[in-house]
Amino acid sequence: MRIGDAKQSYAADEALWTSTTQQVWFGLLLLSLLLFPFFASPYLLYLACLVGIAVISATGLNILTGFTGLISLGQAGFMGVGGYTVAWLSLHTSLPFPIALLAAGLLSAAIGMVVGLPSLRIKGLYLAIATLAASVFLHFVFVEWASVTGGMAGLSLRSAQLFGLTFHNDFRMYFMIMPLAVLMLLAARNIFRTRIGRAFIAIRDRDISAEILGIPLLRYKLLSFALSSFYAGVAGGLFAYFYRVVTPESFPLSMSIFYLAAIIVGGMGSILGGVLGAIFMTLVPEGLKLLTTAITPIYPQAPVFMSPLLGVVFGVLIVGFLIFEPNGLAEVWRRIRRFFHLWPFRT
Amino acid sequence: MVRLDKGKAWSILKSAIDKTGFLPRCSAQKVSTCMQQQDSAQLKARHWLLDSPKEREFQPWNVGGCVKILEAVNVHLSFGGVAALRDISFSVPEDSITTVIGPNGAGKTSLFNCISGFYRPQQGSIFFRGQDISRLKPPARAALGLARTFQNIALFRGMTVLDNIKLGAHVHTKTGLLGALAYLGPARREEMALREEVERRIIDFLEIDHIRRQPVASLPYGLQKRVELARALAMRPQLLMLDEPVAGMNREEKEDMARFILDIKEEWGVTVLMVEHDMSMVMDISDHVVVLNFGQVIASGLPQEVQKNPAVIEAYLGDGDIATLRRRLNANTEAA
Amino acid sequence: MDWLFFAEVSLAGLATGGLYALIALGFVIIYKATRVINFAIGEIMMFAAYLFLSFAGGMELPAWLALPLAVLGGMVLGGLVERLMIRPMLGESPITVVMVTIGLASILVGLAEIIWTADPQLLPEFLPRQPIFIGEIYLAPKVAWGFVIGAAVLTVYLLYFRFSRGGVALRATASDQAAAYSMGINVRRVFNLAWVFGSLAASLAGILVSATGGLSPQSGAIGLSVLVIVIVGGLDSILGALIAGLFVGWLETVAGAFFGGEYRMLATFSVLALILIIRPYGLFGTHEIERL
Repeated sequence: MRIGDAKQSYAADEALWTSTTQQVWFGLLLLSLLLFPFFASPYLLYLACLVGIAVISATGLNILTGFTGLISLGQAGFMGVGGYTVAWLSLHTSLPFPIALLAAGLLSAAIGMVVGLPSLRIKGLYLAIATLAASVFLHFVFVEWASVTGGMAGLSLRSAQLFGLTFHNDFRMYFMIMPLAVLMLLAARNIFRTRIGRAFIAIRDRDISAEILGIPLLRYKLLSFALSSFYAGVAGGLFAYFYRVVTPESFPLSMSIFYLAAIIVGGMGSILGGVLGAIFMTLVPEGLKLLTTAITPIYPQAPVFMSPLLGVVFGVLIVGFLIFEPNGLAEVWRRIRRFFHLWPFRT
Repeated sequence: MVRLDKGKAWSILKSAIDKTGFLPRCSAQKVSTCMQQQDSAQLKARHWLLDSPKEREFQPWNVGGCVKILEAVNVHLSFGGVAALRDISFSVPEDSITTVIGPNGAGKTSLFNCISGFYRPQQGSIFFRGQDISRLKPPARAALGLARTFQNIALFRGMTVLDNIKLGAHVHTKTGLLGALAYLGPARREEMALREEVERRIIDFLEIDHIRRQPVASLPYGLQKRVELARALAMRPQLLMLDEPVAGMNREEKEDMARFILDIKEEWGVTVLMVEHDMSMVMDISDHVVVLNFGQVIASGLPQEVQKNPAVIEAYLGDGDIATLRRRLNANTEAA
Repeated sequence: MDWLFFAEVSLAGLATGGLYALIALGFVIIYKATRVINFAIGEIMMFAAYLFLSFAGGMELPAWLALPLAVLGGMVLGGLVERLMIRPMLGESPITVVMVTIGLASILVGLAEIIWTADPQLLPEFLPRQPIFIGEIYLAPKVAWGFVIGAAVLTVYLLYFRFSRGGVALRATASDQAAAYSMGINVRRVFNLAWVFGSLAASLAGILVSATGGLSPQSGAIGLSVLVIVIVGGLDSILGALIAGLFVGWLETVAGAFFGGEYRMLATFSVLALILIIRPYGLFGTHEIERL
């Protein structure tokens, strides 16, 4: 039970980890993330890298849709921009990967701002459909602009490198992806401790009042698009380095829906929700795969049903969470925490 | 509330102070000087750099519009064919509590929306401290010191009370994107300074420290209205517009709110422009009253004068002749 | 420029557009009554076509029996979806409800693939097979008959909405639920019926479209074009659905025929982008005004 938790300064009150217990737990988490690759099987390492990429992209989408309320169906397109940028840079230059990732993020951010321009005039689902249109346009560009993007065949990359060190296996990719994910998560969390994050939330809740209170709407909506697309671009770049090939089919529309589902299941409007949702949605297909492999001895037809069953499970999860737990896994987590904070009391 | 003949008391006090020469600003000479002070930066600084708000100059509030902090000139607003505001001209004297009253549908909230910048009037201009703000967008008006609360509470339900109030100070803070992402450093310093200012000046003043960490959606109506006032105060306003600040409150809450509004005027040096229906409160705390009906100003002046104005009485009660009313009723029942 | 070819393609496009308009009508009915943007309209359509496949193909029922049964199945599906998934979401924000329909779409695609496999299928023939010539212009019979049936159904719907009590009730519920309740209109039933009749239009259109183009679990992707149509026409305008449906159907077919398959989607979405810039609420839609 948490008692005697009075803070003596505003800084202490506004900190992210307010009690010693929290700080210790977080330290342990960081340590375990650091040591994980040394003890994990190749499969788990592969999963961890996927989760890292998903976390970055989901956080970006959460900033735009969960916190600023601008529904976006174009996340896959922005990731594609990042992926193709990284691929092109790796083929035509020998830039070290941090620069390439930065370039990928910035280009995605620029395109994100262009896509966000209509947001002054149109709102809600109309804006969502505009982002969908943008995604279709980007897909068209990926396919048709073959001289740069390699057309339907796509581009294949060399492994990422930094000062002679090549990231050619999952072990090394983990140490590229995970620290980046942690840093970007922290940065995202920091945004919402400042006026910029508050402005985003205000735009979501009541944008007319926000404008009268002094928040320039277009500037902040574009900023939200830019930031979210930056995250998507970096995630797409990491995706490219991880798989070492990008094609137009690497970033399909279903990926946009995947990320939207991830933030809904995890909890829109909370950074932790983005993380939980990304982890959950990445692990569900793998879990299903394991289940299918387990049933195959008894029911040999099982693998045929795996792919459609994944679709059904995916849909049921979305619908189920929306009906029964609209605030997502983050809310479930908060309930568990509250239980332990208050124990042995109930309320 | 106690009814004082405030006018008489002030004039006695004023002449007494004038005689001693202790506070020279009370004199008529100083009044004309203050009218020349159009430098808005100086005026702004006057209120906010002083540590103790009581140090600001003492200004009698009914000098008949010493400085017009807000002036609307021939404002005309219509939606399609419906005219919400017709040729409205009025001014708000500085350091006063000006109330706009009128029957429902008179155009009071539309007027506020024009001043805020949400509606753009088809004709006319609005001047804030002599500056034409008619073309300015709402964020620019907020930066000049125009703050506002809303008729239906417009708090941001996804945030706590503290965050809502801090949001009010948005125009006056300057953390950029990169600073925010890093947080440690200038962003953190600004956040802490903002927190301290909000806690000291606003939360303590409005007595809402016990709820500052609660999400606003869970608060009762009266406290929500107070939080909205707090947020408007965080905007460091020169002119505070309150749209029905005591609507739906019980008597005790109304008295608290009236006390806060008076304190805001006197201790903070903020001019208050409000829309209100509660006549006793309007009569008690207002220095200046403007009456709207069907989008036009039908009377303006001291509360007592306006109360006796026949056009105002007619607007609220209709034709005041009881005999005519009776005749009309009888005619209807006979016809039916 | 081969004008004959252009005329043939245009006519085919218009005929497809007529079917698009029917699907769009299903969408608009649901939106008009319940304000729900149904992303799963294509999937409901696809499901009804599969039902027809089972009835006419698997169970070998005659077409005049299988068709109404399949449409009935689609209507039941629509009603069930409303009762189980949309009703609990009453009052939630629009994006949440949209996500529910997206989830529904995913479920339906998965189910279709499990039950009927992922292979593309052909529907049993049930439309007259004689080629149709208007002057020198050739029109594929399936397309033409599909258009005729679709147009007939569309007209019935238009008349119903204009003149019957049910139609008036629907419009009343759409504009003000509380007032409709006070007038004695059973709002919940109106919602359910809206979904049922919307699914009716979509199911019929689905069967006709699949009769022409084949059927697979991915057939629901037509919903994307339908989305564009309803945005262009206006989310709550039946007339808009009609006109925009014809236009988008024509444009897609012409773009596909003259420039190549990839340009179909590009053309459609270019129109969408244009409309969103010029008239975001569609050609005939009502502009939502926010009060402060």
